[in-house]
Amino acid sequence: MTLVTGHSAALDFAQPDPVDLSSGKYVKLWQGPQHPGITGNMSLELVLDGDTIIECKTHVGYLHRGFEKLMEQRTFIQNFTVVCRIAVPEPAFNEYLYAAAIEAISGVQSPPRAQWLRTLNLEMMRLASFLMWIGGQGGAFGQYTVANWSLTYRDYVLDLFEEMTGARIYHMYMVPGGVRAGLPAGFEKRILKLMDDTDKLLDQIERVMYNNVVFKARAKGLGVITREMVDPYGVVGPNARASGFRRDLRKDEPYLVYDQLDFNVISGSAGDAYERAYLRLQETRQSVNLIRQVIAGAPSDGPFQADMPNLLHWKVPAGETYVKAECTRGEYGYYMVTDGTEIVRRVHVRGPSYTHAIALMERLAVGTNIADIAGLMVSLHTYPPEIER
Amino acid sequence: MNLKDLLSPFYVWQRAFEKPYTSIRPIQERPGAAAYRGFHINISEECIGCGTCHKICQNDAIDMVRVETYEGRSGDSGLRPRFDYGRCCWCALCVDMCPAGSLRMSNEYTWITSDPTEFHFTAGVEHTTWQDNPLGYHRAEGYHLYPPKRIEMEMLPPEVSVQSFDEVVAGYSEPQALLEADRCIECGICVATCPAHMDVPDYIRSIRDRDYEKGLQLMYRTNPFPATCGRICTRRCESVCPVGIQGEAIAIRWLKRFIVDQIQPQDYARILADQTGNSGHRVAIIGAGPGGLSAAYYLRKQGHAVTVFEAQASAGGMLRYGVPSYRLPDADLDKDINYIVSLGVDIRYNTRIGKDIRFEQLLQDFDALFLSTGLSVPSSMRIHGEEHPRVLSGLQVLADVASGRDPGVGQKVAVIGGGNVAMDAARVSRRLGAEVTILYRRRIADMPADTEEIHESQEEGCHIVTQAIPVEIIAASSPQQVSIKWGEAEMVQDPKGGRPRPVLQEDRMHVETYDCIISAIGQGSDLEFLSKEIQDQLAIEWGKFAPGEYQHTSLQKVFVGGDVANRTADAISAIEDGHHAARGIDRFLNPDARTHTDQEVN
Repeated sequence: MTLVTGHSAALDFAQPDPVDLSSGKYVKLWQGPQHPGITGNMSLELVLDGDTIIECKTHVGYLHRGFEKLMEQRTFIQNFTVVCRIAVPEPAFNEYLYAAAIEAISGVQSPPRAQWLRTLNLEMMRLASFLMWIGGQGGAFGQYTVANWSLTYRDYVLDLFEEMTGARIYHMYMVPGGVRAGLPAGFEKRILKLMDDTDKLLDQIERVMYNNVVFKARAKGLGVITREMVDPYGVVGPNARASGFRRDLRKDEPYLVYDQLDFNVISGSAGDAYERAYLRLQETRQSVNLIRQVIAGAPSDGPFQADMPNLLHWKVPAGETYVKAECTRGEYGYYMVTDGTEIVRRVHVRGPSYTHAIALMERLAVGTNIADIAGLMVSLHTYPPEIER
Repeated sequence: MNLKDLLSPFYVWQRAFEKPYTSIRPIQERPGAAAYRGFHINISEECIGCGTCHKICQNDAIDMVRVETYEGRSGDSGLRPRFDYGRCCWCALCVDMCPAGSLRMSNEYTWITSDPTEFHFTAGVEHTTWQDNPLGYHRAEGYHLYPPKRIEMEMLPPEVSVQSFDEVVAGYSEPQALLEADRCIECGICVATCPAHMDVPDYIRSIRDRDYEKGLQLMYRTNPFPATCGRICTRRCESVCPVGIQGEAIAIRWLKRFIVDQIQPQDYARILADQTGNSGHRVAIIGAGPGGLSAAYYLRKQGHAVTVFEAQASAGGMLRYGVPSYRLPDADLDKDINYIVSLGVDIRYNTRIGKDIRFEQLLQDFDALFLSTGLSVPSSMRIHGEEHPRVLSGLQVLADVASGRDPGVGQKVAVIGGGNVAMDAARVSRRLGAEVTILYRRRIADMPADTEEIHESQEEGCHIVTQAIPVEIIAASSPQQVSIKWGEAEMVQDPKGGRPRPVLQEDRMHVETYDCIISAIGQGSDLEFLSKEIQDQLAIEWGKFAPGEYQHTSLQKVFVGGDVANRTADAISAIEDGHHAARGIDRFLNPDARTHTDQEVN
């Protein structure tokens, strides 16, 4: 395997097919779109030499619902119920960025309490998403017990989402200008209890899944992203941090109340699947810690929505903006153009999965054993719906 | 290989005997959270069918359907939301938007049936088990999809307003009007309630679009008195405005005024571009008040020649002689009237039918007649001594002031009555320097006057004495003064459930002396210009006409409207009567071209 260095090499995936399938030496295999080892509905077209992958092509489109186009036909407030569907396991980042983009263009400033509640919501989302990812990563290497543990705790987080927002998955909580409600009575107590339990769970998971000879044997050295690959392949988030970059928008360009929270950017160096997995475990713990800080710091009264115009026919002033936030997988961005009418002119959603699941995946899959392809894919933590906005 | 890594995974066994996390349905129920967005609940009694839920739903999951029980209720479309759970995404924007606050959600989320058509249901009308569930999502206090508070109107402070006849209300500035217009949720309940069915949501939209000329055009389709109604309309629209249920109603009247105020009189002809042809028919109108001139406007647009006979020296009727200029400045009334007159309406001033011209003559000379003579005769208090020269009528005081004469109220005035005429007579007297007491037989809440007028009267220093029944007028020692004997009243519930009745307490009598007493307890019609024979044919009851569907009467070619022919007796009803009579007269004059002209005059 040669290392990719420099920008032109990043286009390797676009080179013509050198493999002669008619020779009888190779097997072509489709993995997905419905396969437990695929995160979401996409598929990998694999060419195998024995059980080694010598070529990988990715196929997306199975989930295409045309969100961006749909949004060009609905009012601003109506779109708020659409955006959460763009990344099913992490709707909150879409909600936040959609609201933030409108606020940036219109000059609306959400009140401080709303900012704390949004931060709480986003960190809960991060925790829920990481817990689901732990399940996926464990499952991909045959550790279904761990998957059951972590998914149970994800459900406990969803219970709290249900209390806070009225729904488990599509919360639709962050409206332009603020949030829809404050916290229900006794919520702080319940979430702090869950955080304590989660800490214990994460310790147990570390013992069972991470300090595990099988997991180490299979994940270490798998899917190495070298420091040099990070920028040419557009690698962000934990995938980049595990390769030695200290990049985190929460720290680099703080939004909401992250500048008032105490945390450090976690990074690794090996850049393989194990490093990424371990980094995510640490970030899960960090998220638990941030939730505790937000609960301690959030004001318990005051407005949670700015004074807004009539959202039924709000004409957001003409403008253009790009807003971004650090989701569990890295920089998540919304580019928005408005033209002064009641509907948005253009929204472009930039999720980290686009680069991670296509260009990077096609590169990393080559040379991997077929048994590890699922583990590799999960270790990149991608969500196909955000590729197919 | 590390031995620790080999042994560590066996830790899983520690948890092998823990209780399962899962719950076993249907043995165990797992209720949704207290604020869960589950199935819809609609309190149909509180719902007004405004359809805002339907409008905001991005999935077209809500249809508005007719529900017989609620048809015909005031301020209610008679429609109720019908949910399609094949489309709903449980976002609850409908709940957030519901201005009536009748729509919310239960925390129930399981519904099993073998009949999928059941998932298309009218919440609150069709039986559902969760209708009475107190839990579930509702709009949080402090969260709104539209601003609930009205943009406050600037007014002259009372200590200044009482010094002159200058207009009290300042009118909205453009930024204020844009903010207020933005609050409208465009449901159209106001359109149905307005007697003239003015296209309120569309002209409010024209403000948001800053297209005031379009707004003027829209208003003239149903009302040629927008400058007037923008100031003194009784605004039933605002009393039913759904935004007013959980907040403050849209200031529809002030927005109407704002549009008119943006347009100069000389631009009216260009903007409205009204066409007036010549149909060859001649129509006579008796009374140049809002009813008569509204009829004149629409009749001219239909091409008929119009002659208006007016007993007074100026047009406007009660708008000019009954509404003081601090509420409706002459210049604004003239803005409306002058445009109507500019379409070629011939007004014969100082011409009283029955005195200067006989009614029968008009019947003979014209192809159709429209009577809108209004209510001009003050009602009697029916107490002893009321013919005393220092007992003035409220109407006369207002007419004197409007004509520039001094009504001579003196320094200490008592006003009897609780309607708008009473309030205006009192406020006029305050402006003339008098100290004013208003005596009213019932409570303030029972007063027929506009609440704003009552409030402003009090602000301007009028002293209101409620539950006070006049008993007798007594001559005072000076001929320049008069005394009134009045008794306190107790409110007694009507056993039949009607409104409470004041009952005089004989033992609690008061006598006060004033420079004058202004009686303003109502007014009746003056139909003396009609002969007994004609009156019999016109079916007059209690001094009022009872016209047919097109404001027609049983006397051929005679149409009636305005205060003399409706129960509501306000300007906007008179305007609609005039408009509707114009439709009727046109149908009568052009029996062959009905559909065409109906469309043309809208």
